[in-house]
Amino acid sequence: MDIMPRWVDIIIVPLLSLFLAAFLSALLIIAIGESPIAALNLMIEGTLLRSAGWGYMLYYTTNFIFTGLAVSVAFHAALFNIGGEGQAMIGGLGVALVCLFIPWPHWTLAIVGASIGAALFGMIWAGLPAYLQAKRGSHIVITTIMFNFIAAGVLNFFLVDVLKPKGSMDPASANFPSTTHLPTFQDLASLFGFEKAFRSAPANVSFFIALLACVAVWYLIWRSPLGYEIRALGKSGPAARYAGVRPVKIIMIAMMISGALCGMMAINTTQGESERLILNFTEGAGFIGIAVALMGRSHPLGVLLAALLFGFLYQGGAELALWTKIPRELIVVIQALVILFTGALSLMVRAPLESFFMSLQKAKG
Amino acid sequence: MIDFLTLLQVLDSSLRLATPLLLVCLAGLFSERAGIFDIGLEGKLLAAAFVSAAFAAITGSVWLGLLAGISASIMLSLLHGLASITLRGDQIISGVAINFLAAGLTVVIAQDLFGQGGRTPPLKSGGRFEPINFPGATSSKEMNDAGPLMQLYSELFSGHSLLVYAALLTVPLSWFILYKTRYGLRLRAVGENPAAVDTAGISVVGLRYSAVVIGGVLCGIAGAYIATSLQANFTKDMSAGRGFIALAALIFAKWRPWYALSACLLFGFFFAVDTRFQNILLPAWSLSGFLILIALGLISYVWRKDYLDKVVLGGLALGISTIAIMIVFSVWNTGASSQVKIPVVFIQSLPYVLTVVVLAGFVGKAIPPRAGGQPYVKER
Repeated sequence: MDIMPRWVDIIIVPLLSLFLAAFLSALLIIAIGESPIAALNLMIEGTLLRSAGWGYMLYYTTNFIFTGLAVSVAFHAALFNIGGEGQAMIGGLGVALVCLFIPWPHWTLAIVGASIGAALFGMIWAGLPAYLQAKRGSHIVITTIMFNFIAAGVLNFFLVDVLKPKGSMDPASANFPSTTHLPTFQDLASLFGFEKAFRSAPANVSFFIALLACVAVWYLIWRSPLGYEIRALGKSGPAARYAGVRPVKIIMIAMMISGALCGMMAINTTQGESERLILNFTEGAGFIGIAVALMGRSHPLGVLLAALLFGFLYQGGAELALWTKIPRELIVVIQALVILFTGALSLMVRAPLESFFMSLQKAKG
Repeated sequence: MIDFLTLLQVLDSSLRLATPLLLVCLAGLFSERAGIFDIGLEGKLLAAAFVSAAFAAITGSVWLGLLAGISASIMLSLLHGLASITLRGDQIISGVAINFLAAGLTVVIAQDLFGQGGRTPPLKSGGRFEPINFPGATSSKEMNDAGPLMQLYSELFSGHSLLVYAALLTVPLSWFILYKTRYGLRLRAVGENPAAVDTAGISVVGLRYSAVVIGGVLCGIAGAYIATSLQANFTKDMSAGRGFIALAALIFAKWRPWYALSACLLFGFFFAVDTRFQNILLPAWSLSGFLILIALGLISYVWRKDYLDKVVLGGLALGISTIAIMIVFSVWNTGASSQVKIPVVFIQSLPYVLTVVVLAGFVGKAIPPRAGGQPYVKER
């Protein structure tokens, strides 16, 4: 199996996939009649060369870390959690209920409460499909897709019929009390005397929770007995069962952790940014998690890097839409190409590399 | 109660809304019966809708639009085939990628071609499939005065576009191909046991490619239908999850053509009801009684099951009975009417809930084709 050195597998293959995706996107930009070089410059200028750009990028990155980790944990158990979108929506509901109905004295406590609420709600929403997979054998991909749509219905119902303040027209909850508002990067920078940094950018302290989640997932998957069981089940079901792993338990736990991570995305978007529960706050982040997990090869460090990349693409895409004829949806195309090359067409990327290293080994003797 | 004509109108729009579902559902049927999962139905539908609307807008001919839409859909099918059959990649991931590819590319190209924020311009009469009026059918103005049989004939049977009738004909055609031809037998076999098909000297790869291409054609027709007949232009994300609902219908129909027709008509009916009526009123007492019955059924089911069943299904039963009690409570409070308003979102979510129930196997177990989702590797 080990034809290629490990570093090629971990570094070169994702980079090559990314390069292919970038190349095809550049062709598309040329077809639209814009210059790909200018577009890239604009993206870098609007994202990496301004602190507000960083603020937006890290805001998106936070979402993608949570959903990317969620998809990764499920991947390790050989489960495909395509329901991140729905789990995040229900997680948002959990955040809203916690923030609206519990009088928090300070944001430090509120963020703990909201995280628990979000994780719990996301967990329950992933738990049902997990149960159906584990005990009834229903395909988890299909059930999680269905649960995405049901979640959208539930969120809609709560916003229109339950949480909407009297007299308000738009389907959104009331604003959260100010004691639950999370400090943004701008607030943090002002503490150190940089009042102008990160101006009006939505990135907030939940970014650090996302980083903590990376460490926690790394520990869980590679350093804990539970993680070992999850990986064993994912690599080979029969072997794991023979070794005494209980598949039902592991499927439930892996999916519920996955759902909890997706739900926690809502502390960034709902508690951190909009400060009230709104429709469509997930903006497809649950699906981007799939691209992030594939690109990051289901490793927390890889997920972090891939999430930064996608954060850059999302903020850069917004800049492009603002200043050029290139619509934001170009980013969706890039995302599709990344999923295609790192996931479905990975053999196409790997086969030439493998034959190259094969011939290298033969030459050595 | 609603009158006969209103009922006919709802059924009429059910049929219209069921048509794209039916075509996409049959597309999924061919693909999944051959052992290729297709999450990318949504993307193919969307791509076909855009390409057919764009071609119809530019050339002014709906037929060229239809052809172009079908070609676009077939191209995506071939991409899915390349990834999941030839390169033996993950079928789910390939489908997800195709959905994103279509969602992104349609808007990028539409914006570049027409500059209207990702839409195509409204189609003129030659660029649309017009309704076909049967001989002797009453016009909509005189519908109220016509007799019930005449209303049935003119409202429900007559006045649909060609593609609606074509979609209905696809059902017996698919049934015939799948169950009465040699090709159909092989197609079903390749979804159950590809190794056996391979041993018989028949190409697994060829059969699977043919199945995804048939799926591409059907998705292409469905896309052309939503952009040139149901509506008269392409709008961003206009497929609106129909590909996934069709997937739900496919499971609901347990991968069989005639059942697919009834599942799609049922789901179409839900959508027609929810666009026609803003709020549905149901008698509160019987509704909560029904919910309590479901809850009791669940509880009696888990009585002798293990801990996990008790927690999950017991929790579900608890949730359902809480809703039932809340309904009774709300009626008690308001007093006067014993009817309770059902929010439209529940009707919208019904197809998905029903699909999950069927998937769970509590009401008629849905068993997918056995080799579905696995790439076929010849033994070496």
